[in-house]
Amino acid sequence: MSTDKIKVGIIGPGNIGTDLMYKVFRSKNLEMGMMAGIVESEGIRRAASLGVPVSTDGVDAVAQQKDIRIAFDATSAAAHVKFNGPALKEAGIISVDLTPAALGPYCVPSVNLDQLRMEPDINMVTCGGQATIPIVYAVSRVAGASYAEIVACISSKSAGPGTRANMDEFTETTSKGLESVGGADKGKAIIILNPAEPPLMMTNTIIVRVKDPSVGLERIKASIDEIVAELKTYVPGYQLRVPPMMEGDKVTTIVQVQGQGDFLPEFSGNLDIINSAAVAAAEQIAAEMLATKGGA
Amino acid sequence: MRIDNNKRQVTLVDTTMRDGSHAVRHSYIPEQVAALAKGLEEARVPIIEIAHGDGLGGSSYTYGFSTTNEIELVRTAAAQTRNSKVAVLLLPGVGTIEDLKRAHDAGASVVRVATHVTEADVSAQHIAAAKELGMMAVGFLMMTHMVGPERIAEEALKMEGYGADYINLADSAGYLMPEGVKERIEAVVAAVNIPVGFHAHNNLALAMANSMVAVEAGATYLDGTLRGLGAGAGNTQLEVLVGVLNRREIGTGVDFYRLMDLAQDVAEPLMQRPQIVDSGSLMLGYAGVYSSFLLHVYNAADKFALEPRDILVELGRRGMVGGQEDMIIDVAYQLTKQSAD
Repeated sequence: MSTDKIKVGIIGPGNIGTDLMYKVFRSKNLEMGMMAGIVESEGIRRAASLGVPVSTDGVDAVAQQKDIRIAFDATSAAAHVKFNGPALKEAGIISVDLTPAALGPYCVPSVNLDQLRMEPDINMVTCGGQATIPIVYAVSRVAGASYAEIVACISSKSAGPGTRANMDEFTETTSKGLESVGGADKGKAIIILNPAEPPLMMTNTIIVRVKDPSVGLERIKASIDEIVAELKTYVPGYQLRVPPMMEGDKVTTIVQVQGQGDFLPEFSGNLDIINSAAVAAAEQIAAEMLATKGGA
Repeated sequence: MRIDNNKRQVTLVDTTMRDGSHAVRHSYIPEQVAALAKGLEEARVPIIEIAHGDGLGGSSYTYGFSTTNEIELVRTAAAQTRNSKVAVLLLPGVGTIEDLKRAHDAGASVVRVATHVTEADVSAQHIAAAKELGMMAVGFLMMTHMVGPERIAEEALKMEGYGADYINLADSAGYLMPEGVKERIEAVVAAVNIPVGFHAHNNLALAMANSMVAVEAGATYLDGTLRGLGAGAGNTQLEVLVGVLNRREIGTGVDFYRLMDLAQDVAEPLMQRPQIVDSGSLMLGYAGVYSSFLLHVYNAADKFALEPRDILVELGRRGMVGGQEDMIIDVAYQLTKQSAD
């Protein structure tokens, strides 16, 4: 059956990588070619027990697999810049980068995937970016946006050591994404970790200062509803908690992201949305590859 | 002033221009900051904190926009001070190391890196960056009523490990009883090898009493503000604190009369509302809600025609932490929806 599917590699067999693997299992045009790490780990053992080829030689092992066309990098920004990004490019494998390295352009599937299909390395921004940039884009495309601010609240339990050690990377990368992909002249991102038990669902508040308030709330709402429907195709647990409200030129809405619970718990909507976006991007790239039969 | 080496000493931190910024809705302008900083320098207050109430980078829809860029205010204060150190507050997730560098360039020599009490590990990068800049770095744990002394001590130890010069425990909701302050300060004093400080809110009218309990428990840094100006019912009233510490024969090095005059002549005219324990402030302390939520809750109550207390109680029930002002709208919306259903 492998002829009508594209083989993918995952580098980094941690929580993110393992959840990605389960999403690939469900995919109609992706299949697991390899799970690679740099040491023996629970993630490697789990993948092996599920019949996935594994290696502890990291990116090199993936690069040597002739039939792998796309690889997810779920390691760290430093590893992507130094090793994984260059090695994958050399091997002609498309990188879907889940680290904040941003060697390639930002990808938010519901907004700009069409423009990125031929890029060798696409970056998935941040979890908060995946949850909020589409809304900012939906507002800016109809009413313009001179400023977009988001507050992402994630439960302490779903913020791993990488996020915790790099709070600035999150806020800075998300802010840039609000501008370059969301279409706001200026972006500002805030992230809050909340330790409440049971853990809270990922919640994001999005506030946009529009350039043309005369467009009116109804058109803005319709544009947001359209993009939410699009998002729901790859993140079914995405929903508006507080529908868009407008006061003067200020549009506010609050969204909640419930994860699919593939490998990570449902409250980890932050991890689910970035993984789902990455898989959605890979699926479109794969569909293109399948259509052109081995091109590029 | 006579220095008695046997006398116990406390280092005072004035945060009229940071926590007090909440009370004036972040409207400080350079002239006001210059007058306050000059007066605090003359009164020999050792550390003066200046920033948006939610720290560097706090100017936003969510926390309120600053009238004047805080870096300009830091620069203004630095120009007025020689012996007093200018401090800034930084909440990782809100402000960044880039913001800190700008504040340092403008003359800040102290940074208090604040995290929720259980999340100290997000401060590692920022404390390290401060030490690299040659700044004094303070590990500031917020909402300390939410967990017990042992957990607080663990988090304080992490911050000490990152390089913090002292640990400050904040009763951000003004919720703690005196015995709660005592056991928390004692636990941290026993755990770390650096000084420990305390930051009170007056929502249950316990700020002064709790500050004194903190000193008895071993705290050697105390926060306060002129006229108590701060979020919720405000902070420990600094000029009163100096009087009380004088009576206790605990040294501060601060000029009591000059500080009193500064409070009366400069701080009081700035106030936009009386710094009292009104119903909303009382509910913050009673329900354990972050003090700076207060004025935002009043706004939302107005907009949604709700009772502020209902919003505050729901925020407390949900376990909202510092910085989650955005959830006030969520709570107001959900309450409105419930009553409509």
